[in-house]
Amino acid sequence: MLTLTAFMTDIEIPAQTEAPGTPLGLAQRGFRGHIRAIDVRADHQGVPAAEIERRLLELGFVEGAVVQILHEGPVARDPIAVRVNNTTIALRRREAMAIFVD
Amino acid sequence: MTATEVNDWRFALVGTPNSGKTALFNALTGSRQKVANYAGVTVERKTGVLHTASGRRIDLVDLPGTYSLRGRSPDEEIARDVILGRLTSEAAPDFLLCVADATNLRVALRLVIELKRVQRPMLLVLNMIDIARRRGIDIDLGKLSAELGVPVVTSTAVRRGGIDDLLRRIDEVASQPAAAIAESNWTTPAIADLRAAQREADRVIKAAVGEPARPDTWTTRVDAVLLHPVAGMVALLVLLFVMFQAVFAWAQPAMDLISSGFDALGALSATILPDGLLQSFIQNGVISGVGSVIVFLPQILILFLFILLLEDLGYMARAAFLMDRIMGGAGLHGRAFIPLLSSFACAIPGIMATRVIDNKRDRLTTIMVAPLMTCSARIPVYTLIISAFVPNRQVFGILGLQGLVMFGLYAIGIFSALAVSFVANHFFWRESATPPFMLELPDYKLPQLRSVLMNLYQRAMAFLKRAGTTIFSMMILIWFLASFPRPPLGATEPAIDFSLAAMIGRWIEPVLAPIGFNWQISVALIPGMAAREVAVASLGTVYAIEGGKEAAEQIGQVLAGKWSLATALALLAWYIFAPQCASTLAVIKRETGGWRWMIVTFLYMLALAYIAAFITYRIALALGWG
Repeated sequence: MLTLTAFMTDIEIPAQTEAPGTPLGLAQRGFRGHIRAIDVRADHQGVPAAEIERRLLELGFVEGAVVQILHEGPVARDPIAVRVNNTTIALRRREAMAIFVD
Repeated sequence: MTATEVNDWRFALVGTPNSGKTALFNALTGSRQKVANYAGVTVERKTGVLHTASGRRIDLVDLPGTYSLRGRSPDEEIARDVILGRLTSEAAPDFLLCVADATNLRVALRLVIELKRVQRPMLLVLNMIDIARRRGIDIDLGKLSAELGVPVVTSTAVRRGGIDDLLRRIDEVASQPAAAIAESNWTTPAIADLRAAQREADRVIKAAVGEPARPDTWTTRVDAVLLHPVAGMVALLVLLFVMFQAVFAWAQPAMDLISSGFDALGALSATILPDGLLQSFIQNGVISGVGSVIVFLPQILILFLFILLLEDLGYMARAAFLMDRIMGGAGLHGRAFIPLLSSFACAIPGIMATRVIDNKRDRLTTIMVAPLMTCSARIPVYTLIISAFVPNRQVFGILGLQGLVMFGLYAIGIFSALAVSFVANHFFWRESATPPFMLELPDYKLPQLRSVLMNLYQRAMAFLKRAGTTIFSMMILIWFLASFPRPPLGATEPAIDFSLAAMIGRWIEPVLAPIGFNWQISVALIPGMAAREVAVASLGTVYAIEGGKEAAEQIGQVLAGKWSLATALALLAWYIFAPQCASTLAVIKRETGGWRWMIVTFLYMLALAYIAAFITYRIALALGWG
């Protein structure tokens, strides 16, 4: 069940070598794991990295939380619906790249 | 003790989106609510009055849902500023009622921890406690309160008696003298603070909530279909088709009834009043002016009924999830889909429906492109010109040419709306950041009829009051332009020929000549500002055709004899883009809170209309259709 495949070509895998885990943005529907780190490495379309990190934290994406990908969007499997502990959050894979899981 | 001896208390309801805050507000205040806007912004200010058992009066304000006090959107800024007492227009609340969905405590408790730093007295209200209990979520209230350092009460806003505990606690608070409000030392939390707050919230939940919450089985089952890549899209399309059909067709009988009612009223006024200026003012100015506002009401009510039901059900966020990538390509928000679809019926309810888009920039883009969707008022104009100028023959054996042209006009409208939003996003909004698409998909809940009807009533009143005044005054202006000055005695030409509208029409004729419009068209365009379909009747008036609306066929015959095909096609191209609707402009002004975006929309549409008509006319001339 824990299949992680880089099937999306338009997502760049972070260049830094020391990734704190696998990005949630690459995981498929059905993936289940724990958040190891929230690490936003670049600004997203003019939104500072720190702001993205704050928003992720405010929606409950915090280290140690259990995440599960429940649904994928109809186009390019994007966005994804993620169960975080007991809440369901929809977000794009682009932002989910900052959530590192195992 | 009389009521005047007691201080009025000011309580504020604060909570995350989907916490059932508004249902609680409705339960606490009943129908004693007021909806207005905060000064200078289009954020709604909902206030209500509540009388406690011991006769104390409490002013309750329902703040916009917020995940934090950081103020990421205009709504959230208002929530923060009210809590911190930063608004000059109103004092800080004496007491905070922090509402949390008992089935979804994580995010709510993080907000509570953040709110504690504001140092204002507060009470945590665990709403929807019945659902939580049914799902086996076991919350130790004493422990929760002790761990958080905040008193806790439970409620079920939608049940009779479900708020009794809460009312008792409110009464207790209000019976004590108000504590002096400490100067708040709140500062924007750093990333580390947010992390710490969420960890603290998770720790409190671990200590106070026995059974870990399981996902709602109903929501899981329904989402398996509604969020399925194929079945979900099919369901969305079916739903949209029903909605479109409802706004378009179900509203029609009511709209016909309203317009014939106002026509009858106008005719009645014509028989009572003597011929002349007063009669014209009452009949064509006041009665048709009021009628032109009220005629939109059925569409607005039906559309908002759907939107409120879907919003309360929790489906709206799902529709945005499904449409995000598709709309995103053109730079539109997933939530822009329903407003844009509604604009096919009429841009006015569509623009009002953009309130579901919380980001200001996305909302403005949607408002600006909504009038490009082919609304039902364009149909009479299109039908008139197509039937008069486009031969009724088959192309490729099966397709009617007339229908094909009609389809083309719709397609150009959709395409240009997407193109305009694409251009706006890539060239004009480049400086401003694109907020990430992140949104909670709440558990499904059955909508509460009472709450839906109350909201519907508030929407209808908001439309009648706010848009009504502007639309009505524009109608009076257009009547004035078409009626003054009066024709001299013994004149044989139609009265409009002597009016200011005709003067303006003749004056702008040289500007419109390069796109093939003669002075009659130029004149007809001015009363056509009242509503697009009015241009049909105006053309009839200008060409001195008797019989009003019924004479459309006759008008077509006359036009076919007087205009070239190039002119007719140019007029079609003009009508795809032209901001020929005073009501839409009035609603844009209301919804964006000022003249600026109304003027921007007017000018860009006018420019597109001119360019499109110019190109069409010139190509048609080159093809020898002059």
